[in-house]
Amino acid sequence: MVAFKKPNLDSFQKRIHIATLFVTVCFLLLATRLVWLQVIQHGRYSLLAENNRIALVPAPANRGLLIDRSGIVIGRNYSALTLEVNAEEVKGNVDDLINQLSEVIQISPRDRRNFKRSLEDSRNMGTFPLRSMLNETETARFMANRYRFPGVDIRARSFREYPYNELASHLIGYIGRVSQKDKERMQAEIGDAKSDDPDALQSSFLPGIQYVGKIGLEQKYESVLRGVPGYDQVEITAGGRPVRTLSSSPSIPGKNVVLSVDIKLQYLVEQLYGNFRGAFVAIEPQTGDVLAFVSKPNFNPNDFVEGIDAVTWKELNDSPSKPLYNRPLKGIYPPGSTYKPFMALAALENKKRTPSQTIFDPGYFDFGNHTFRDDKKGGHGTVDMQKSIVESCDTYYYMLARDMGVDMIAKFMKPLGFGQITGIDLEGEARGVLPSTDWKKNTFKKPEQQKWYEGETISLGIGQGYNAFTILQLAHAIANVANNGVVMKPHLVKAIEDPFTRHRELTTPKESYRIDLSPENIAVIKNAMIEVNRSGTSAAAFQGADYVAGGKTGTAQVFSLNSKEYKHGATAEFLRDHALFIAFAPADKPTIVIAMVVENAGFGAQYAAPIARKALDYYIDGKWPKEVPEWKRAP
Amino acid sequence: MEKSPLKKIRAVFALFTSGLDQRLGLILLGLAIVGFCTFLSASQATPVSIEDELRNLALSFVVMWIVSRIPPKWLELAAVWIYGFGVALLVAVAVFGLIKKGARRWLNIGVVIQPSEIMKIAMPLMLAWYFQKREGIQKSWDYGVAAVILAIPVFLIARQPDLGTALLVTAAGMYVIILAGLPWKWILPFVGVGFFGIVLIVIFGNTICAPDLAWPFVHDYQKHRICTLLDPSSDPLGKGFHTIQSMIAIGSGGLLGKGWFQGTQAHLEFIPEKHTDFVFAVFSEEFGLVGNLILLALFFALIKRGLAISAGAPNLFTRLLGASVTMIFFTYAFVNIGMVSGLLPVVGVPLPFISYGGTALVTLGFGAGILMSIHRHRRLVQS
Repeated sequence: MVAFKKPNLDSFQKRIHIATLFVTVCFLLLATRLVWLQVIQHGRYSLLAENNRIALVPAPANRGLLIDRSGIVIGRNYSALTLEVNAEEVKGNVDDLINQLSEVIQISPRDRRNFKRSLEDSRNMGTFPLRSMLNETETARFMANRYRFPGVDIRARSFREYPYNELASHLIGYIGRVSQKDKERMQAEIGDAKSDDPDALQSSFLPGIQYVGKIGLEQKYESVLRGVPGYDQVEITAGGRPVRTLSSSPSIPGKNVVLSVDIKLQYLVEQLYGNFRGAFVAIEPQTGDVLAFVSKPNFNPNDFVEGIDAVTWKELNDSPSKPLYNRPLKGIYPPGSTYKPFMALAALENKKRTPSQTIFDPGYFDFGNHTFRDDKKGGHGTVDMQKSIVESCDTYYYMLARDMGVDMIAKFMKPLGFGQITGIDLEGEARGVLPSTDWKKNTFKKPEQQKWYEGETISLGIGQGYNAFTILQLAHAIANVANNGVVMKPHLVKAIEDPFTRHRELTTPKESYRIDLSPENIAVIKNAMIEVNRSGTSAAAFQGADYVAGGKTGTAQVFSLNSKEYKHGATAEFLRDHALFIAFAPADKPTIVIAMVVENAGFGAQYAAPIARKALDYYIDGKWPKEVPEWKRAP
Repeated sequence: MEKSPLKKIRAVFALFTSGLDQRLGLILLGLAIVGFCTFLSASQATPVSIEDELRNLALSFVVMWIVSRIPPKWLELAAVWIYGFGVALLVAVAVFGLIKKGARRWLNIGVVIQPSEIMKIAMPLMLAWYFQKREGIQKSWDYGVAAVILAIPVFLIARQPDLGTALLVTAAGMYVIILAGLPWKWILPFVGVGFFGIVLIVIFGNTICAPDLAWPFVHDYQKHRICTLLDPSSDPLGKGFHTIQSMIAIGSGGLLGKGWFQGTQAHLEFIPEKHTDFVFAVFSEEFGLVGNLILLALFFALIKRGLAISAGAPNLFTRLLGASVTMIFFTYAFVNIGMVSGLLPVVGVPLPFISYGGTALVTLGFGAGILMSIHRHRRLVQS
């Protein structure tokens, strides 16, 4: 035990001095810290404070309308009150929030699912609709409870709507919420644009873009339809509540897109197809205007706008009839006998046949050790060019194909557009196959596969073999012939309309090129096709028409029957032949050409030609068939 | 008989200020003005009104005025009773206190009070009384007795749990013990270990803050606070949010500040507790480094004056009491500014005379009153 000296005043004074020193050191430490924060790190913290304070609230631009050639609106917007949730406010407990909200406003399981998916897709940035189409009672009820839900608010939001639902779904396409992938793509596009261009900078304000065209014209004309989103620069509280607007930049609405499509014709054809699958393309040959672009079955694009629900998606995806598949654009079919008029024209142009030159058809054609059969047992007898088309004689074209050879055929067919990208204004067009020796060399790997065998040429004459084209290409080709060799690029959109001034700027392309075809030769082919509708395979369908139309039926085999007799009813539905038909009318100066396929329907004459007849009756004469419900404008 | 209104005012003023230490009074007036101005800005969008703040300031002044008139001898006589009363209340809290936010800190005796607050003054009173008693016959075991006097209430407060107040009470007691002459060879090892510990925590912050690791003797929320201090961005939306946002407020204030009522962090609700514990962030944002240095200078002047008064005090009791009360002011200011500027963990310590809060202002007024009283009675007591 150590005894201590009596603590005297000196010792206390000393300790007071030490305490003062301690206080001084601590205060210097604080001062240093404050200098560090307020002088050295001032710039960084100022920026953080600004970022805290200012939020850019996007003001999405009104999307442009989709208008058919007669002014009918087929894609539009409507405004509805929507319950919106700021994702940053949710922070994980989404279900709790939704449960609480559902005490005030009814929220369906589907709303819940869609909302959660939007949240996930967005990585929790921005505001998202939980319920739309709120009525007055619901709005009032929420506003009374609003204080309970920070970050949740009611806003008027613009929604995309396709008033005719399934009608023309494949060409219209749909919009959907911007996905992460879309964002990356848009960012890349903006990166390409010049950074000193203010428009590019403004359109780089991605949060303003919440929807983007995913497919169809909505996708192709995205940049026209979208407009430029605006934004308000607002001061916000920590809770995200806006306090005042500092500046605002108004949005510029998107432009309207005017289609070349006649939506009534489109509607009629879709109705006439009924439950049949298939593709139908009608083109105005002088301009390349696509008048109808049918792909059956359809889907309802409205289902996709706010995110499609899993059940509908599975149904659409798993259906064997592939309703999401754009048949005229992507489906490739052997043209079958509809190829014969083009073959005949090729023969005339290449001087391999004259119109009056005949062959004898015994009902088959032997090449090497293989026998190619004609459809007609016993054959067509003596056949000239017109008869070969009217009666659809196979043997004539087996011989013709042999005499021309694959490359001569390919060289003639290529400028007509067979096996070529037409350049229509839709994404994802299929090229198909126009067979040639080069094509085979480039397509196959093994040397024995790369060689073209003469035998392979024979069935090309009747539109079989390696031939595989889209219905769009077929329509384009017949349009080129009907237009006397002047090639017009097919297009679905003919003008862009200013939403305020209604001024229309035509986007119709000029002629692409001309094919040098002799008018006499074209006349031979046209006349033969007119005769097809008078006395040939489609005569029944065109009986009593008060205009003159040319046509040609075709049947494309879905699979090889191993020379067994084909019986329509006995074959499983998806294995039945496709019925094809091409047509042009009026014959003297065609205003419309048609190419179509009815899948697994059997003979072209029986199933395809009557649809074409009714479409032409409507388009040329304005006659509406009794069995189809009248067109009604959407409210 | 006519009295000019000026004379009347002067007479009233004299009544209130007579006997108060003028230099200390001016410093406190300066702090009160800074506090009131900051309050006007910081209290926006909060439920408290100007009347509340004026009432608290008046109450604090009245307490100070009254205490300044009490001779230190009386305090010396009452010290044991005040201490005993405080400990009794703490025991009562432990038995039937009110639980709020998971802590048992309050007692309902008609009004709800927080007895641990009394200990901030009662502790130095008691220890100063003890060392006064033992003056001249002091032995080394006296520090042991002092440690027990200190440990009992600290233990009761710490298990409420209220680590912040426990630390402040410990600090208040330790100031008395150290000033009473605790040998350096006993102090320095603790300082060394503490310093070493802080260095270790900073270096191994990542390892010891691993979420699964439990610390001995420490609650999870306390561990969380320390870890958040080491790396505020580890929890930017939770506990770290307070520190990050107050640092942004201070940093964005810059040299001259954004101007009175112009702080965006403060007025857009980014600063939590902006009129109470985090009021320094509001002040800093609006008045910048210049304002901060003035405020630090005011606090420094307050402490210098308090220590000077203590150094001139007539006996050991008043010397120890005055110095430890002064050092409590210092501790409040240092811990609060350190916490708001991200140097120290977040504990509930107000900024003296600036933060809004009746209890704290009364305690501070009491402390200031003690200093005034010591100064006023410096000759009367001298023997």
